[in-house]
Amino acid sequence: MAQQTLEERTKALPRWLRDLVADWSSDQQTFKVNWGKAMMWIFIVSDIFVFGSFLSAYAAARLSATLPWPDPAKVFALHIGESEVPLLLIAIMTFVLISSSGTMAIAVKYGYERNRAKAALFLTLTALLGLAFLGMQAFEWTKLISEGFRPWANPLGAPQFGSSFFMITGFHGLHVTAGVIYLALIASQVLRGAYEKIGYQRVEIAGLYWHFVDLVWVFIFAFFYLF
Amino acid sequence: MSEKTHREHGGFWSRYIFSQDHKVIAVQYTITALLIGLFGLVLSWLLRLQLGFPGSFQFVNPGSYYQMLTQHGMIMIVYLLTAILLGGFGNYLIPLMIGARDMAFPFLNMLSYWVYLLSVIVLMAAFLVPGGPTGAGWTLYPPLSALPNAAPGSGWGIKLMLVSLVIFIAAATMGGLNYVTTVLQCRTKGMTLMRMPLSVWGIFIASVMALFAFPALFVGGVMLLFDNLLGTSFFIPAVTLLGQQLPREGGNPLLFQHLFWYFGHPEVYIVILPAMGIASDLISTHSRKPIFGYNAMVIAMAAIAFIGFIVWAHHMFVSGMNPYFGFFFAVSTLIIAIPSAVKVYNWLLTLWRGNIRLNVPMLFGIGWISTFIIGGLTGLPLGNVIADVPLHDTYFVVGHFHLVMGVAALMAIFGGIYHWFPKVTGRMFHETLGKLHFWVTFVGAYAIFFPMFLMGILGVPRRYFDFNVLQYLPPQTSALNIAITVAALTVGAAQLIFLGNLIWSALKGKRAEANPWGATTLEWQTPTTPPPHDNWGAEIPTVYRWAYDYSVPGAERDFIPQNVPQASLDVHLRQPAAGEGVRSRREPGANLGGDKI
Ligand code: HEM
Ligand SMILES: [Cu+2]
Repeated sequence: MAQQTLEERTKALPRWLRDLVADWSSDQQTFKVNWGKAMMWIFIVSDIFVFGSFLSAYAAARLSATLPWPDPAKVFALHIGESEVPLLLIAIMTFVLISSSGTMAIAVKYGYERNRAKAALFLTLTALLGLAFLGMQAFEWTKLISEGFRPWANPLGAPQFGSSFFMITGFHGLHVTAGVIYLALIASQVLRGAYEKIGYQRVEIAGLYWHFVDLVWVFIFAFFYLF
Repeated sequence: MSEKTHREHGGFWSRYIFSQDHKVIAVQYTITALLIGLFGLVLSWLLRLQLGFPGSFQFVNPGSYYQMLTQHGMIMIVYLLTAILLGGFGNYLIPLMIGARDMAFPFLNMLSYWVYLLSVIVLMAAFLVPGGPTGAGWTLYPPLSALPNAAPGSGWGIKLMLVSLVIFIAAATMGGLNYVTTVLQCRTKGMTLMRMPLSVWGIFIASVMALFAFPALFVGGVMLLFDNLLGTSFFIPAVTLLGQQLPREGGNPLLFQHLFWYFGHPEVYIVILPAMGIASDLISTHSRKPIFGYNAMVIAMAAIAFIGFIVWAHHMFVSGMNPYFGFFFAVSTLIIAIPSAVKVYNWLLTLWRGNIRLNVPMLFGIGWISTFIIGGLTGLPLGNVIADVPLHDTYFVVGHFHLVMGVAALMAIFGGIYHWFPKVTGRMFHETLGKLHFWVTFVGAYAIFFPMFLMGILGVPRRYFDFNVLQYLPPQTSALNIAITVAALTVGAAQLIFLGNLIWSALKGKRAEANPWGATTLEWQTPTTPPPHDNWGAEIPTVYRWAYDYSVPGAERDFIPQNVPQASLDVHLRQPAAGEGVRSRREPGANLGGDKI
């Protein structure tokens, strides 16, 4: 009996399922993307587990703290003149970081169009927005520290507030710092024309990382500042 | 993307030390892991000497006992088993078995080894610092591991331990990304996922698990490090230590247990899945039969990996949790027994009426089945809350995990080392010494660990320095303890035979043929033995069949390598005689080349 081909056997399935089967049963490559991109995706999923563990640990620490948890609207307020504006700084920081995802996407587009100057320009812009975010974060940390917040203490109650705040925003800040360096490297490679031969996928791969770091911030923002 | 080509680079340093060749990295990983494992073994001798002959050895006091116990456990599970299975076997086997020239990212691969070595050095450094290594137990439960002066080594020791773990996680992540990407993206023509040898499947699934499980240990480790270094109170509730109220409060020690076991349970499968894969290949090759139920084997591994992530709190039944959670975790734990049993039946059915060659790798393959069954069965009572409450923290648990994780995994590792030794070194090992190693290890392991089930049922508690303080224990336990110690020292000595055999055979052993076992998988079809730097010479192989075409009726020899096309076989094929059943099964998804048998 002649063996049916894969296409014949999966004919009845819906299109997406058929493609899924075809991808996973193919030889050589499962995903039709280059190795670097596949690896970045896998790394991101793994890193999601790191941030997921951090945030769940934060939730558990907050639930079991015995001293009162400080009110984020108060802790993170900025004083402008006489009035106290809650969450002003953090709103700006979030806006800056999200905009940087926009500039990143533009850089990827110019990269694939082989417009080296513009791709490098937008990559640099993205990195600068990242730096601006880090600067504001440093400002916020300094402000909190001057008000007496420490990793091991918190004048307004539960010490776990300071501990988890510095730990998690610090860990995210490290990701942003690494991202800024990464983007700067990619930008210089683009300018040097290093990708003319091998293609501009590496810009997109850097973009994946950057979007991920931005997305994580949205969660940190929600868990620390809104609730 | 096209495959990478490697320049043959010269020079001793770039060839053997800072090599990016996956085969060299694999050997580096294996040797480092075996050496650190030997150290862990020596620690276990000292522990056993104290338990068998309490008080006779001055240098073992309660403090140093805990330190050695902690280091023994951590070294064996993380720095030996995990490293050798993923870093050693994973590195050697993945590219060769899927027909790639190297890992997807050779530089990252090299970095992974050096970072691993750094983590080992930091771990060892703890023996030289003031206070010595930590004695908080390999599970590192706070508050013991978080408070100053609570356990031995609570100054430098615990910090170095945590730093070393974080470094190890970085190394494992670099390795894991490489293994997963390589398996998914760098297979040769014709090598579909469902044609991969089970060794590759086991390593692949374990690597995926590692990428999802190590994050929890990383987070727990960082938080514990902060508790130690910065004086945070993540895990420290209000405590009074030695009559003094500490300035800590509001932490949650159970949180660490959750983070630890969210990693810890998947970790046991990170170790056991590659071992399962390796054992499958040993058993199939040396009984000259296709593995029984290949699809079921793959699905069972995937199911174990998936369920393995939702059973972690079975280690915490007595730590205190909502009874409904206990119920949930008991049920999920018992469900894992189903795919595990499927695998055991499949191994047995592979052996059934096989043309079994009782050589050294096969002996270890059979030893694997035996120890995995006994170890796994004793997991069932532990998975039931009601039975675990009295058994928890007794020697029953020690017997369980040593048999199922320690001995069983080592059986697969030893078998694998003997099996691939001819390919790695180009020489044969000494058969008689190998058999001696097997029998002493196999019988000795039961002599050590089987009595522990009995002791556990008698109520002998785990992690005790001296049992004489326990009035309720019958006096026979000390006789048992002496017997166990004698067996442990004997088994330990057998491992020295093993190491000696490896070293001697690598230098002086008889030259090996390219495919001494008559195996089908690609690593045995390389142009030279040991394989060249780029594995395949001018042309990478094309795969035409699954990995288990053993004893195909009508075929000229009792194995058909994966890279043999159908056309070249047809010449030799005779019609099966009437009544001769077709024993070989056809693999799924085989639409990629001549596959009619
Ligand atoms: C049917 C399969 C299994 C079941 C039902 C099972 C169940 C359990 C349970 C409930 C415990 C906790 C006992 C206690 O502390 O009171 C335990 C401990 C342990 N198991 Fe298993 N297990 C199984 C298979 C395995 C396998 C395959 C491995 C390793 C490859 C393994 C390794 C361990 C280890 C290392 C521990 C002890 C951890 C410690 O406390 O230090 N188990 N097992
Ligand atoms: Cu478990």
